[in-house]
Amino acid sequence: MAEVKSFQLQCPTLLNDSERVQLAHGGGGRRMHELLEGLLLPSFKNDLLLERHDGATLNIAGARLAFTTDSYVVKPLFFPGGDIGTLAVNGTVNDLAMCGARPLYLSSAFILEEGFPMESLRRVVESMRITAAEAKVQLVTGDTKVVDKGKGDGIFVNTAGIGVVEHTLTIAPSSVRVGDVILLSGDLGRHGIAIMAMREGLSFETTIESDCAPLWEPVAALLDAGIEIHCLRDLTRGGLSSGLIEIAETAQVRISIDEMLIPVREDVAGACEILGLDPLYLANEGRFIAIVPEHATASALEILNHHEVSSGTVRIGQVLEKPAGLVTMKSRLGTERILDMLSGEQLPRIC
Amino acid sequence: MCLAVPGKILSVHGEDFARMARVSFGGIVKEVSLAYVPEANEGEYVIVHVGFAISVVDEDEALRTFEILKQMGELAELDPQAGEA
Amino acid sequence: MRYVEEYRDPVAAQQFAEAIKSTVTRPWKLMEICGGQTHSIVKYGIDELLPKEVELVHGPGCPVCVTPLELIDKALQIAAQPNVIFCSFGDMLRVPGSGGDLFSVKAAGGDVRIVYSPTDAVQIAIQNPDKQVVFFAVGFETTAPANAMSVFLAKQMGLKNYSVLVSHVLVPPAMEVILGSPDNHVQGFLAAGHVCTVMGYEEYEPIAKKYKVPIVVTGFEPLDLLQGIYMCVSQLEEGRYEVENQYARAVRKEGNVPAQQLVAKVFRVVHRKWRGIGEIAQSGLGLAPDFAEFDAEARFGVSGYTAEEDSECISGLVMQGAKKPEDCTAYGKRCTPDHPLGAPMVSSEGACAAYYRYRRLRSDELVNVGSKSRG
Repeated sequence: MAEVKSFQLQCPTLLNDSERVQLAHGGGGRRMHELLEGLLLPSFKNDLLLERHDGATLNIAGARLAFTTDSYVVKPLFFPGGDIGTLAVNGTVNDLAMCGARPLYLSSAFILEEGFPMESLRRVVESMRITAAEAKVQLVTGDTKVVDKGKGDGIFVNTAGIGVVEHTLTIAPSSVRVGDVILLSGDLGRHGIAIMAMREGLSFETTIESDCAPLWEPVAALLDAGIEIHCLRDLTRGGLSSGLIEIAETAQVRISIDEMLIPVREDVAGACEILGLDPLYLANEGRFIAIVPEHATASALEILNHHEVSSGTVRIGQVLEKPAGLVTMKSRLGTERILDMLSGEQLPRIC
Repeated sequence: MCLAVPGKILSVHGEDFARMARVSFGGIVKEVSLAYVPEANEGEYVIVHVGFAISVVDEDEALRTFEILKQMGELAELDPQAGEA
Repeated sequence: MRYVEEYRDPVAAQQFAEAIKSTVTRPWKLMEICGGQTHSIVKYGIDELLPKEVELVHGPGCPVCVTPLELIDKALQIAAQPNVIFCSFGDMLRVPGSGGDLFSVKAAGGDVRIVYSPTDAVQIAIQNPDKQVVFFAVGFETTAPANAMSVFLAKQMGLKNYSVLVSHVLVPPAMEVILGSPDNHVQGFLAAGHVCTVMGYEEYEPIAKKYKVPIVVTGFEPLDLLQGIYMCVSQLEEGRYEVENQYARAVRKEGNVPAQQLVAKVFRVVHRKWRGIGEIAQSGLGLAPDFAEFDAEARFGVSGYTAEEDSECISGLVMQGAKKPEDCTAYGKRCTPDHPLGAPMVSSEGACAAYYRYRRLRSDELVNVGSKSRG
């Protein structure tokens, strides 16, 4: 008979101060936030970093440039509607667009695992080529490293991007004002479900494609029309909720949204029902929110709906004063609840 | 423990414990086991939990909730006091 | 989605809420004993639509929350072994054991995988003949048929590398413990709709009679919950204590007989320990002797473990409806969803997590769900 063991209970807060990096640290939720606030921001302290926006807007020799970087580790590498290459280009292009900068140049660094199929690499590179052409950016510098077999997950891609800011607005959470409206550029969750559907054990017969797309054109149209954009944010990991919560916390305002106004396609909703997922927290790769003054709502809606990638733009809520730093949602029954940031990744559940 | 969702049976294949169906949940289609609902057929709705259908939706009963609401509404109209706290 | 959307209609919800309001003449305390119902109530703010006389408390209806600490520790031990692929429903991944959770085992290199269905775990076993595949068979009666099928199929196929770590619990014994407690204040029950879809509701009739408590089998959508509450409150006002079925579109009195038959074949009723409550006789399922070879506890030699709970965590009292999460000294401070002390704060269905996540607004203040402020 097995030896009877009894365990001394360790303080569970150790789980939080874990000396190991966990998946949750990259999940876009609370843990990642803590890593940023607890380690990265204090280490590299400067005003630009503290804007906590998707990219940094720099004044260099009289020109306003935007600079951003992102790494891509998505599994599976190839999914309906795109692949790691499509994401690597669009993701960085979109971060620049969210600063109100016209994306111009990208760098691309590959970390390849020994044994990674050359055919897969060709596919990824070809995707990047096509996507860069569509986004009208040029890949002008890069790097390639190879690590031993077993030390990398096939391929990791990092892209950094530079864009030019051709307007005088400050597009950042700090510009958000009470009374502003929140516009959402389209239906939620397609990317998150497309990815989850491809993972083991969660496959569906019908194909839901990722919404991965470049977002500069609709932003450019808003700028050209002189719309006073206060803030833009593309919705990636952590979904709509995380994007709104970050803005509400940084700008110290309350953001209030209405469940009935949030578009979710029926098949995405169906997948969410089965897996017990909340579409508000699912990743998107071709959706953004625009925060504009109330008086600009009608024009902004018209302009955004004119472009294919944002043709489903709707108003979903507004900026209020108190309690500051919170995002609240009015349910379809008329009751209100707080949208909290997830602790880690959203997991399928049975319960 | 109760995440079970209704879906529509699009097609059926196999027999006994291996009887399976393609079930649509608002357009998303998944293979589901019909081992526990041998009476279920194409076109019917089943309640699915972790890949298994555990019940066939009774369409008449499903309407009952709304009939009750309708009756409640009619009662309220007949007697305006009935709806007040 | 049909049979889903229409049960979320706000106008109909309001109608039921009005009906409840016009029916109550005094305070009533109702318990629901299903994590899915807790989730729905808190997500849609259904408690806010109810008159203040009707108080909802949440019972131990979250199988994740009631899985004993030592069982989590056994899971962690098994999952950490190099030759093992440990499969689990997503719900279990973040539940804290004595020194970590399945996520941290994964971080340290364990092969831990989330599956949607137990038959997916069987597939993994077939595809990986050189590994031991262990499935964490957790759940109430709703999940037992699926778990039973996985073991039955494994035996049929003669699979030598599949086993299950069983932590199944049954609802009626837990209800009796709560109702039989001298401090019990629960006056009516909403029975778990999907548990009853499998088991039927005949076994609740003696309970209703013995404790003189109305029991209404209830579904999960807002209209289901409101109608269930309406039916329960109506019984209480009329002095009745019967078993009624609100969720008749899915639940039949006899339940799902083929499912019950396979469960009875693969499993047998055993005593089970409920985390935070203690051992309840005849309250769980374990593998039947014919299928004992698939028991992971025996296969991995972890049967003898015991463990102690954190003394500040009052999850047992919360799950019995005796205390609210905000009564706990650790709630919101030492214990939050980011660093949970007990299971009800981890599971998205757990009462503590639900309260914390969806704490409600009243004017400019933040108020916890369930504490109804005046005005």
